[in-house]
Amino acid sequence: MNKIVSGADEAIRDIPDGALLALGGFGLCGIPENCIAALVRKGVKQLTCISNNAGVDDFGIGLMLKQRQVKKMISSYVGENAEFERQLLSGELEVELIPQGTLATRCMAAGYGMPAIFTPAGVGTEVAEGKEVRNFNGKDYLMEYAFTPDFSIVKAWKGDDHGNLIYHETARNFNPLVAMAGKITIAEVEELVPAGELDPNNIHTPGIYVHRIFQGSSYEKRIEQRTVRKRKKE
Amino acid sequence: MALTKEQIAERIARELKDGYYVNLGIGIPTLVANYIPKDIHVVLQSENGLLGMGPFPFEGEEDPDLINAGKQTITTVPGSAFFDSALSFGMIRAGKVDLTVLGAMEVSEEGDIANWKIPGKMVKGMGGAMDLVASAKNIVVAMMHTNPKGESKLLPKCTLPLTGVKCVKMIVSDIAVLNVTQNGFKLIERAPGVSVEEIKAKTAGKLIVEGEIPEMKF
Repeated sequence: MNKIVSGADEAIRDIPDGALLALGGFGLCGIPENCIAALVRKGVKQLTCISNNAGVDDFGIGLMLKQRQVKKMISSYVGENAEFERQLLSGELEVELIPQGTLATRCMAAGYGMPAIFTPAGVGTEVAEGKEVRNFNGKDYLMEYAFTPDFSIVKAWKGDDHGNLIYHETARNFNPLVAMAGKITIAEVEELVPAGELDPNNIHTPGIYVHRIFQGSSYEKRIEQRTVRKRKKE
Repeated sequence: MALTKEQIAERIARELKDGYYVNLGIGIPTLVANYIPKDIHVVLQSENGLLGMGPFPFEGEEDPDLINAGKQTITTVPGSAFFDSALSFGMIRAGKVDLTVLGAMEVSEEGDIANWKIPGKMVKGMGGAMDLVASAKNIVVAMMHTNPKGESKLLPKCTLPLTGVKCVKMIVSDIAVLNVTQNGFKLIERAPGVSVEEIKAKTAGKLIVEGEIPEMKF
């Protein structure tokens, strides 16, 4: 097994201009911070990014948008990023908005060897334009194709040198599906351990889906909406 | 008197049954969590991958890896489970969620809903809304009955881009509770002090009024 790389720069070394990427994360939760920073350093451009969200102006994929590295976003919700809106309205950035469940399941489909899936999400709306509709048991479904990104980039909590991954709490979100979809899958983890330390019962992503893994560092783990409740007075 | 947002949420919470799995959308729907009757137990599903969403954490206990679909920090409860986004929408599409509550810009008399896009003005994306409305057994919409210009938001046909078709079952607005039936909106309850005439005047879609319409009690 030769999957361990030294860091983000080595992990993304061969991602070319114009690549189709998929990135894990929901909002700023569970995003591959190290690889995003490396992509900004590398300056690779004309990227098409499959990612549920586009980060905020100065974090996450927002950093790549600021450097004009992204040609097209395929996402379900892009509300938290003013630079994104500006590029969208000016025509600099192409955006395809798709239902969140569809985005997750199209990634999953590739990892399950299914070329397409059927979902009721978007039937009767503009999302259905140009798509095949089939009726099953009296209900209409849209046929949606599997995503097959050139590179998938995911963030996990723990991983081993076989590429097995375990995720943490809601930082899991799209990461397991994105990991399954990539022709090449890159994983950055908070804790990289030797094979044998992770309990096989607890593996979320079997290493067969992962090609490159590295020990991540300096995670900021920014919180988008810090919401708290008051303690009752004693 | 028109209901406050909190009162809309409180009225919707009365639709919850013991053992329900519930998805609450952003905005007024999240307030429903504050009014769950004490004698029943419901499980809140957060579509980013959590069953058993708990209250907001105490200050200093925020966990950046633990957020809800609105990207707010939250906690878990005993019996919680984490899973990925495909499984999350899988359980939604498979009809396992008993009640979905979301907001709306417009609802049509046939139950179409528009709540994700105002062309040229607001194009942030649909998120999980289309999945939810296409799959849920029970959809309750929390909304203002009219827009800031006083125009009805309960219409014969939606004018804004649709989120879903023929899917809304029940609406709790700031002035009324209505069911969506084969024959249009059916008035079920009125807000305290609000007359049937006012509700008729503010409902552009087909409205059925049968018999005496009770006032909501708070």
